[in-house]
Amino acid sequence: MDYIKAFIVGGIICAIGQILIDRTKLMSGRILVLFVTLGAALHGMGLYEPIVKFAGAGATVPLPGFGYALAKGAIEEVEKVGLRGAFMGGLKATAAGITAAIVFAYLSALIFNPKAKE
Amino acid sequence: MSKRIGKQTIQFDSPPSIIATASTVGPKEGKGPLASYFDVVLQDPLWGENSWEKAESKIVKKTIERVIQKANLTPEDINYIFAGDLLNQLTASTFGIRGFNIPFFGLFGACSTMSESMSLGAMAIDGGFADYIVAEASSHFCSSEKQFRFPLELGTQRPLTASWTVTGSGAVVLAKNGSGPYITHVTTGKIVDLGIKDPMNMGAAMAPAAADTIVAHFKDTGRTPKDYDLIITGDLGSVGKELALELVRKSNYDIENIFSDCGIEIFDPVTQDTHAGGSGCGCSAVTFAGYLYKEMQNNKWNRILFIPTGALMSPGSTQQGESIPGIAHAVAIDNKWA
Amino acid sequence: MDQMQDMKKEYAQMVEKVSPKSNTVRDCARAFWVGGVICTIGQIITNIIKSFGYSQDEAGILTTITLVFLGILLTGLDIYDSIGKYAGAGSIVPITGFANAMVSPAIEFKKEGYVFGVGARMFTIAGPVIVYGVIASVIVGIIHYFI
Repeated sequence: MDYIKAFIVGGIICAIGQILIDRTKLMSGRILVLFVTLGAALHGMGLYEPIVKFAGAGATVPLPGFGYALAKGAIEEVEKVGLRGAFMGGLKATAAGITAAIVFAYLSALIFNPKAKE
Repeated sequence: MSKRIGKQTIQFDSPPSIIATASTVGPKEGKGPLASYFDVVLQDPLWGENSWEKAESKIVKKTIERVIQKANLTPEDINYIFAGDLLNQLTASTFGIRGFNIPFFGLFGACSTMSESMSLGAMAIDGGFADYIVAEASSHFCSSEKQFRFPLELGTQRPLTASWTVTGSGAVVLAKNGSGPYITHVTTGKIVDLGIKDPMNMGAAMAPAAADTIVAHFKDTGRTPKDYDLIITGDLGSVGKELALELVRKSNYDIENIFSDCGIEIFDPVTQDTHAGGSGCGCSAVTFAGYLYKEMQNNKWNRILFIPTGALMSPGSTQQGESIPGIAHAVAIDNKWA
Repeated sequence: MDQMQDMKKEYAQMVEKVSPKSNTVRDCARAFWVGGVICTIGQIITNIIKSFGYSQDEAGILTTITLVFLGILLTGLDIYDSIGKYAGAGSIVPITGFANAMVSPAIEFKKEGYVFGVGARMFTIAGPVIVYGVIASVIVGIIHYFI
């Protein structure tokens, strides 16, 4: 059951992204920025947490989930230490993901080369 | 006495001859409809080099070596090289031409560079300043994606209006004396900008410039579409070609029956998934050096108007919200001259 | 001046008419199922990790790391770009797409060296995502403090 919910919600979020790609002149980079900011904003308004509870990975794997994680981290840190938590919490919560990306990307660059497209 | 006619055209009294051509292309072009016309088809887009840019320079160098050889000349006989490419500061051409010891004019006309180089080369010869020149242009899919668009491994989708940069170099030797085909007229394009901002629809950005130069050529020379066997643009692609046809029609010239485009000829859109068609300086350069030249020698066409088209933009200019101006230079090539 | 504006408008309409449009329904269907599958794989990984005794939060972090690793591996093996071509947003929007956006310029600019090539270019596409995400989170945090 988890899996069906994750599949559907994740799929819908991606389909929305596809509509933006096909129907607007927005490049993929701008769409990613839009989604991550939306995820953070929605969590700020308390609207993303219910989606996460419902769909699990279907909400956390797509990029709004990254925004959600950043915002959640900021809020939790603010509750712990006050205003300066806003500056401390975001990256703290997402450190693992970002660090993994940096480390694996670097290792990848050591090993792999770009291939021409056919 | 050669003269300027009209606003943009030069008519040569002793038209220079195109005495030899050479072309080198990448694997994808070697699987396209024109494959048999190219001198060299690479299996490896790196050609053994360790970067796309070095590969492009090698392609430039080898193609120019080959065209000089095919003309039965040596580098010492060549008075000037006129050449260009798409890379920043023309590094592909520079590092390819570095070893030749031939006076060099580096040119940037985006994808119109081949006719820019042929135009200036023809003018140098007709003006009495050279006996033999090499005109060349190149592009490489990977080096231009890296500079203008996205890394090769990025998972993105290309819209249907996008074109595919050709990997290849085309070169010609122009000579004061020869038996043709001759460059009889040169119509130099103006920058034309109708406000297109979409770098994924270059055909639309360049079509106004192509139409403008075609019409200017007719008006300056007094010729009409009936005087030509073929009018062929550089890389308008399927989208740009339709637009250019419409724009030229508005000036009361109908070129539909003789109109084609190198970007459309060089790839098969169905089997090769190239969307709007081929593009890049190399597109018109290799199509001319291989296909157009050989078929003119076979008398399939006796008089053509060759009109490569360029989109004058940089990655930064489109990010700043600028539109994409176009330019198109036309070269009239004739098997005979009166 | 006005004549130029009119010409530009008229031409823009011509371009709109002639330019082929992608099949949005088909593209969305593809984005939907590929994106859905990637998320489902994420859920499977989370459940497996939880079954080893990890908490939901820890499982979430480890799932992210695993998906990032997979996205990067598939990019290096020259597979992710083909997935991207087919699935569009279905491969760009999940976190694997973020990973792909970091590693692909890193690989591409290796020739320019490991500092200014790999090191700097890793962030050309991913950088804005981190910048705007962090700024948004700071704003959310600040607002939360005052409410």
